[in-house]
Amino acid sequence: MNAAAELPLVHARGLIKRFDDLVAVDGIDFDVQKGEAFGFLGPNGAGKSSTMRMIGCVSPPSGGTLRVLGLDPVKNGADIRAQLGVVPQEDTLDLELTVRENMLIYGRYFGLGRKVVHERAERLLEFVQLEERLDSKVEPLSGGMKRRLTIARSLINEPDILLLDEPTTGLDPQARHVVWDRLHELKHRGATLLLTTHYMDEAEQLCDRLVVMDKGKIAAEGSPVELIRRYSTREVVELRFAAERPPDDLAARIDGLARRVETLSGRLLLYTDDGDRTAERVHELGVQAQSTLVRRSTLEDVFLHLTGRTLVDE
Amino acid sequence: MSYALRSYEFWLTFYRRTWRGSVATSIVNPVFYLGALGIGLGTLVNKSGTTPDGVEYIAFVAPGVLAATAMQIATNEAMWPVLGSIRWTRGYYAMLATPLQIRHIVFGHQAWMATRVVSSCAVYLAVIAAFGAIHSPLGVLALPACFLIGVAFSAPMAAYSATLENDAAFIVVNRFAVIPMFLFSGTFFPISRLPQVLRWVAYLTPSWHGVDLCRSLTLGRVDWGLAVVHVAYLAALAVTGLVFALRTYRRRLMK
Ligand SMILES: Nc1ncnc2c1ncn2[C@@H]1O[C@H](COP(=O)(O)OP(=O)(O)O)[C@@H](O)[C@H]1O
Ligand SMILES: [Mg+2]
Repeated sequence: MNAAAELPLVHARGLIKRFDDLVAVDGIDFDVQKGEAFGFLGPNGAGKSSTMRMIGCVSPPSGGTLRVLGLDPVKNGADIRAQLGVVPQEDTLDLELTVRENMLIYGRYFGLGRKVVHERAERLLEFVQLEERLDSKVEPLSGGMKRRLTIARSLINEPDILLLDEPTTGLDPQARHVVWDRLHELKHRGATLLLTTHYMDEAEQLCDRLVVMDKGKIAAEGSPVELIRRYSTREVVELRFAAERPPDDLAARIDGLARRVETLSGRLLLYTDDGDRTAERVHELGVQAQSTLVRRSTLEDVFLHLTGRTLVDE
Repeated sequence: MSYALRSYEFWLTFYRRTWRGSVATSIVNPVFYLGALGIGLGTLVNKSGTTPDGVEYIAFVAPGVLAATAMQIATNEAMWPVLGSIRWTRGYYAMLATPLQIRHIVFGHQAWMATRVVSSCAVYLAVIAAFGAIHSPLGVLALPACFLIGVAFSAPMAAYSATLENDAAFIVVNRFAVIPMFLFSGTFFPISRLPQVLRWVAYLTPSWHGVDLCRSLTLGRVDWGLAVVHVAYLAALAVTGLVFALRTYRRRLMK
């Protein structure tokens, strides 16, 4: 039992997913340990959902090795799925049915008895703060409520691993915070979470460890703090300009002031260990920026450094 | 098999919401249909002295309508609900995230479609009996015949629906396959009245096999050799449909 506990719950080596000519996942390696919150951070089309669907045993790998709970998803898909909780990118709730019916039906898919499902449904709906809506139809619920219902539903079989594909995409900030809060609570209870996101703040908040994905490949791996330390500086000075592009010669003029300079549309990013000091020296040079912002480095900066692009298209 | 029952249970829950409305239509429809055809049109046909098979018209047309109803319900249940479970409600994906496998999803849904067919046809059969248009105790066997007709249509149709991106093809299938079969495969008049070429086309349609089987049973004039051909044809279609459905569902849902 102890030896088993040390095996990774998910283990991938050289994992590949092809759709005809397109390589969606291009030979990735990762391990997820029990009790970990592990993230896939990357822009749209990076291959996050394709990876999640392979782990969820609903998409056969095109190559490489994949083990989930020590089993082979191709041979033991149904056995593995019995131990997974899945929150897919697109909801699969039945809008015509009530909240309770959605929970019941889903629990029955796992072969749970009616009494057990009823008990768990009530407890889980309370957990995601939907107990008031037990008997209302799903259709009129807000996007955030539907997402929380999907999360509650995914827990009905008391899964060993929870797979969350973009759990908060499309939600307003307040609804996102409620979801984050619930996921934090699950983390504290020792759940193993795998989640994908293109929000760097989500990855920073929720993930113990993450991989940065781009174009089907893993660009970097580590904890949020490690990644920032390795691929960025402590602080960033953002100079914003009214014009689409900052003046051409500017980057050259301030080059010496920062460890690295990135030019984006309408703004310059100066990577430095002392933001205030750098901002001061920029002003001494007489640079006319519309605004100047000194902030801490984020995973967005890591991504920018690794790929030369931003996470969410500007 | 108990796994397929779990997906069947979903459909049962789902339809419970529209249950009352559809029970009403499934009783009112046959009464109207058989009333208009059997009593209205039938009076004219009977008077002309050329009733098909030498029975009063309602006894001729009722089993035809019964078989055609099985075909129509089965086909339609295998259209929008199947595509919807892939494209709109995504209910099949919900099932597939659990221990259910493709075959449980296919068989559970097919079993549900068969339930719809058989329950509606049972009501039909009772109405036909009330009109005094069942001439033999063998008529009871028309119900399992309707089950077979149902699967012979619902399985291939579901296999096809699972390959579609949108529902445009359903209108084409209804207009150019289901309705012509409804009209021209012996439902309302014997296919011996059709031109030679069309008669051979009619022999090939599964609906003719279904209609002729049901009619021979309710009239008690069974040619057992022919009945075996009917059953074998419909069963072959059902099995082929199921085999294809397993493949198209897998291709679509487990890409
Ligand atoms: N079922 C599919 N058929 C064909 N191409 C697909 C399919 N699913 C995903 N892709 C392609 O694979 C790539 C990766 O997609 P996906 O894994 O959904 O990325 P992400 O979740 O990171 O946005 C994209 O180019 C996408 O168009
Ligand atoms: Mg995705």
